[in-house]
Amino acid sequence: MLDIQGLRKSFGGVVATDNVTMGIEAGELHAIIGPNGAGKTTLIAQLSGDLAPDAGHVLFGGKDITTVPTHRRSHFGLARSFQITSVFMGLSVIDNVALAVQAHDGHSFRFWQPATTQARLRKPALEVLEKVGLIDRAGSIASALSHGERRQLEIAMALATKPSFMLLDEPMAGMGVEESAAMVEILRSLKGEKTILLVEHDMDVVFALADRISVLVYGRIVATGKPEAIRQNADVRQAYLGEA
Amino acid sequence: MSDTASAQLNDHLRVPDFFGSSTGRVVTLVFMAVLLLVPVAAHFLGIRLQLVSLDFITRILCLAIAAVSLNLILGFGGMISFGHAAFIGIGAYCVGIPAYHGYGSAWLHFPLAVVASAAFALITGAISLRTRGVYFIMITMAFAQMGYYFFLSLEEYGGDDGLTIYSRSVFGIIDIEDKMVLFLLTYACLVAAIYSVYRIVNSRFGMVVRGCNSNEARMKALGYNTYAYKLTAYVIAGGMCGLAGALLGNFTTFISPDMMSWSRSGELMFMVILGGTGSLFGPVFGAVTFVFIEELLSSFTTYWALPFGILLILSVLFIKGGLNGLIQRGWKRD
Repeated sequence: MLDIQGLRKSFGGVVATDNVTMGIEAGELHAIIGPNGAGKTTLIAQLSGDLAPDAGHVLFGGKDITTVPTHRRSHFGLARSFQITSVFMGLSVIDNVALAVQAHDGHSFRFWQPATTQARLRKPALEVLEKVGLIDRAGSIASALSHGERRQLEIAMALATKPSFMLLDEPMAGMGVEESAAMVEILRSLKGEKTILLVEHDMDVVFALADRISVLVYGRIVATGKPEAIRQNADVRQAYLGEA
Repeated sequence: MSDTASAQLNDHLRVPDFFGSSTGRVVTLVFMAVLLLVPVAAHFLGIRLQLVSLDFITRILCLAIAAVSLNLILGFGGMISFGHAAFIGIGAYCVGIPAYHGYGSAWLHFPLAVVASAAFALITGAISLRTRGVYFIMITMAFAQMGYYFFLSLEEYGGDDGLTIYSRSVFGIIDIEDKMVLFLLTYACLVAAIYSVYRIVNSRFGMVVRGCNSNEARMKALGYNTYAYKLTAYVIAGGMCGLAGALLGNFTTFISPDMMSWSRSGELMFMVILGGTGSLFGPVFGAVTFVFIEELLSSFTTYWALPFGILLILSVLFIKGGLNGLIQRGWKRD
């Protein structure tokens, strides 16, 4: 579904993405793991369109989207969540999600009718909030949410754009044990329904959820395979899991 | 699963109140009533006090419309434009120049003022909005200064000496040579401007503009072409400010490039910030307070700008959400 071909990105002398070639198949949950500074977020940013690669191509559903701007990629069915929580702090939770629904309900050059009374925006928003377990906070201002709740909202907004493919950048970052467990359940419910590229530090989560795992070290994919194969892979153990 | 969602739906179909909180409603309505009735009463009672005269209040109302339009992009859209006075100048010259050539119809002046200002906003906005932060502030100011020097160089229309308008725009049925009529027209335009902003900021378009203010990267990731929406908001604000300029030109019957100097733009920003950015009536509170304090201080001392500046700094530092915030919270500081 998503094909990455020879992707390269460097910042000055640092090669953050070094000739990455990989494919993500429709319906799988593909995890990317790697130590800090391996270039995971840089890779995600190139897939979402926030960063332009120096070389290489990104194909989505067979179509070359390498130079397609971020906002148009979303309309191809590609959604992302951010590693650093990125919601609309001053708006209510439901407004946040309704804005995501609205993005895929025609153009927004509608200047007069109130948006906040439109059931066709609010109802899908509430349904998504229910799915991620945030419906009871629908009326709260986003800035009043706990960190874990904001992470849930982050996923809700990505979901509300009805994506076929989701780029999830460390959805569990900074979460407590209980919050993490809730997020795992959300991801499990999405599995099979959406194609997911998951970047995550929590190894238990990754090995429990992923269909396939790619290991990124210094911008390079050193291994790709099923969780069991990755666990056994000597290169990975040495380069990443820190065992000799 | 959608049963719960359906059950809760009606709780979440609401539009923010036009006047905000209940305290906000009372204070705002009283304030707007005073703004309308006091100068009218003073006029009929023959009170010759400058501060309640039709002339003085009409000028404030014109600036309030400009501030309301600036607030749409600055307050709601997060676009800190330092060149908003350019639209006032363009609007005013759209009255002055046709009048100079003998075309006196308001049905020419006012649409021209709105269209010309919107066109200027479209061209300058298309370039300015490619930058952000300090660069956006500087480039909007630079464009306004270009407008300033453009009109300064038009010898035919008075250059820096300005241009006198010998008769106000002719509407046909209503006669704005009568200052009461001009006052009422300006008041009606202000109310219409505030109501339009209310409708716009709560519409789908307005939600997008507010989203861009809050988190533009997220808006792009959601699929919005943020540039197009921000530019549209900029054009609407420009057109609305052009209207303010046409009214101000009619009011002063004398226009000069000074109307669009950068310090004028700065004053408009002060009004918006003082009144409360991103609020509906804040710019009106800000404009009235600004001009009143300016008038009062300048009657005591020629160095009025110094205490005035200190007052502004203190108000920004200590009143969260500006005057409107204070009113909405019922005079509590935060």
